[in-house]
Amino acid sequence: MANLNDKKESLDFVYDFYVKMKRNKINLAYEGEITHQITKAFTSLTETNMVREEDASSVQKKVFHVMVECLQNISKHAEVTPGSPDKKVGRGIFMVSKGDTEYNVTTGNVVLNEKVARLTEMLENINSKDKDGLNKLYKKQMREGHISEKGGAGLGFIDIARKTGEKLIYSFLKIDDLTSFFVLTSTISRIKE
Amino acid sequence: MRVIKIQGSDDTPKVILDADNNTFEISGRSLPEDVVAFYDPILDWLDEYSQNPLDKTVFNFKLEYFNTASSKLLLDVLLKLEDMYDAGHDVLVKWHYPDDDEDMEEAGEEYADIVEVPFEQVSYSID
Repeated sequence: MANLNDKKESLDFVYDFYVKMKRNKINLAYEGEITHQITKAFTSLTETNMVREEDASSVQKKVFHVMVECLQNISKHAEVTPGSPDKKVGRGIFMVSKGDTEYNVTTGNVVLNEKVARLTEMLENINSKDKDGLNKLYKKQMREGHISEKGGAGLGFIDIARKTGEKLIYSFLKIDDLTSFFVLTSTISRIKE
Repeated sequence: MRVIKIQGSDDTPKVILDADNNTFEISGRSLPEDVVAFYDPILDWLDEYSQNPLDKTVFNFKLEYFNTASSKLLLDVLLKLEDMYDAGHDVLVKWHYPDDDEDMEEAGEEYADIVEVPFEQVSYSID
């Protein structure tokens, strides 16, 4: 059983966590299963906040768009924790931070090591293209691609890149011989073009 | 012919497919949990309708938002309309977008570029 000191330490952790969230201007952080309901709740919460903050409607739409694609990526593609009762729901972390000039939407989820090379190739291909190239890639994928068993169209990353006009910042951190942790950050400028 | 009438929600669009009243519309938001399950009945309806369509079919898209998975299914809807046009029927697609929404305007341009069907961009103002 946890003694009083352990409990005190966990309270310190809460404060530490709070300070770190404030320092990094994180206004939404979540770890767990990403269901459709969660996706709707987070996007609607963020929408309400952005309206209050009076962000330009073009900025609001972009943030909404990026959030939906990121959340659906996790729910469709994250490896499910062994033993999870619902085999179809992916889990991961999801964070939104808001600085003076930009929003950052960050996701993190477990992927199989065998998928890392293909994902890297896909992300690098997207990052190598300008807006025109991204539009062409999107059209090609829309015409030639199919909706996968998981319900994705293979368009999410391409669309995030072209809507934000920023490179996709990502990294794969090895967990063990089987899996890695995939972190992706998308940046949406708050300054209207 | 039977009518498809679906009320819009915060994640699914409003859909009206009503040949008797000459109304064909998909509007609102589209990010359904299961895109295929949502759009399949619409695509089936269009297959049936294209056997014997009206003299002129004007199909209205008036979307506020759609996710990438929906974008693929919207293309499938447009491809059905293209097939009808190719078969010699009179078809017009009207793509409505808010006048301050460049992304939605560009999405229309993109579709107009992909499908070979008469395509009209219509801007509207909110407020």
